[in-house]
Amino acid sequence: MSEDVYILGTDMIKFGRFPDRSVPSLGAEAALLALDDANLTIQDMEAVCCGNLGQAAAMVGQRILQEIGQTGVPVVNCANACATGATAFREAWMGIKAGLYDLVLAVGVEQMGRGLLGGAGGAKGIPKEGLLGSQTMPAVFAEAGMEHSRKYGTTFEQFAKVSVKNHHHSTHNPKAMYQIETPLETVMNAEMIAYPNTKLMCSVNVDGAAAAILASEKKARELGMGRAVRVKASVLTSDPWQERDLVMPDVNSCTRLAAKTAYEMAGVGPEDVDLVELHDCFATAEILHYENLGLCGEGEAGRMIDEGESAHGGRIPVNVSGGLLSKGHPLGATGIANIYEISTHLRGEAGARQVEGARIGLTHVIGLGSACAIHVLEKAS
Amino acid sequence: MKEQSEETPQGPLPVVDFLKIPEDGDPYLEGFRCTSCDAVYLADRAACSKCGARDTLKTTRLSTQGNLYVYSIVHRSFPGIEVPYVSAIVDLEGGGTLKGNLINIEPDPEKIEMGMPIEVVFGDALGRVDRDGNTYLSYFFQPRG
Repeated sequence: MSEDVYILGTDMIKFGRFPDRSVPSLGAEAALLALDDANLTIQDMEAVCCGNLGQAAAMVGQRILQEIGQTGVPVVNCANACATGATAFREAWMGIKAGLYDLVLAVGVEQMGRGLLGGAGGAKGIPKEGLLGSQTMPAVFAEAGMEHSRKYGTTFEQFAKVSVKNHHHSTHNPKAMYQIETPLETVMNAEMIAYPNTKLMCSVNVDGAAAAILASEKKARELGMGRAVRVKASVLTSDPWQERDLVMPDVNSCTRLAAKTAYEMAGVGPEDVDLVELHDCFATAEILHYENLGLCGEGEAGRMIDEGESAHGGRIPVNVSGGLLSKGHPLGATGIANIYEISTHLRGEAGARQVEGARIGLTHVIGLGSACAIHVLEKAS
Repeated sequence: MKEQSEETPQGPLPVVDFLKIPEDGDPYLEGFRCTSCDAVYLADRAACSKCGARDTLKTTRLSTQGNLYVYSIVHRSFPGIEVPYVSAIVDLEGGGTLKGNLINIEPDPEKIEMGMPIEVVFGDALGRVDRDGNTYLSYFFQPRG
């Protein structure tokens, strides 16, 4: 096995709505923050991997360099649904792992509209939404959650508790979109979007950007391991065939496959992980991933949320950043923002939301259609 | 107002390609079944996505009987779409899974039971017409028995 890859710098902009900014300018801001965090410059970077979905055909990576320095290095633009940012990070990791580069910038950025995400149906014929069921994301993930209810009796209240927890977590994250408490009654009585997901159980569409500087082991040693974070595993999967694929996008099997591979690559098990940032695009989704990632046994996810095991201070804190539900979900940025969050805890720099003594963390994102990316990160020194 | 074509509106047309409307007889759903691994699809493809076999997908008439797998009750949708409605995923007897609207049931979690017997019925596509004024035939799910 070749040498490890390290994160030497990482940062994100505060997520929010910036209709007057451009996509490249948001990405450039995050890239400069990450470079500053690593005490490096764009001239030190040997390649750039950029994740963006909304302008996937418009060379966002190159346009970011137009804002911070056109050095002529290779730029790759990635699009992989909501796994876009994590895919860009992994492209950077692969370049270093292959021995091609010692320092690579990974940046993810997205500018989102408001409102529902989902397929509005083909251009041909008539609209199918509300005629052949729903393709809106809240409904698709509601149905995925109902599969868990069907198997294990998981309740609306248990799903709602995920949002209570994550919104509470974000009150300690100044870079989250929201810092507001949402008690259980507030979550359950919020506007019903697609049962069992109320409005407060849907992730927030926001603008955002996050970036990371990846380094080879040789370069990390040269520059100093003090605040470095080791990438123990980087895994990307697509969705293996499932019986109901055609009408029910499957976020479970690709996550389980990625988790198994990631734990093997990292040489750790779920019991070794100190905190997790997982893809809570909807409250229903978080429940599924407790089991998919092996954070609890099969059918125990409802109990896990009931007993506060995934809350800050619990057995395995999940989404202490506030998660996609409260921090916000700028699609192309999300995967790298998760990596920023975990890295910040491993460095002991997470302030009021610090998970004390964190040494190993895991990030997980899902791109519906489907892609799953998992990274296992470890404190380097 | 969009320009209308000069052709006379037709209808009903099938809402999806896998809904078949014979000239003489009742409408039905037609999928594809892999003769190698028995996987069922709603559209043809280059090879079977389960087993990878080529030239093994043969048309198969899908059952109108099935069971509700899961559902969501949609209260907010895209602009112009009437709510609420029940988005349902139904496993058909003999293979194949469909998504559609579950009708003739109250949109209330207390009233909808996962696993309940369902039948596929056919009807006008909620009055929706395309830009040429063509009408459409759709499929729906309703509780059986």
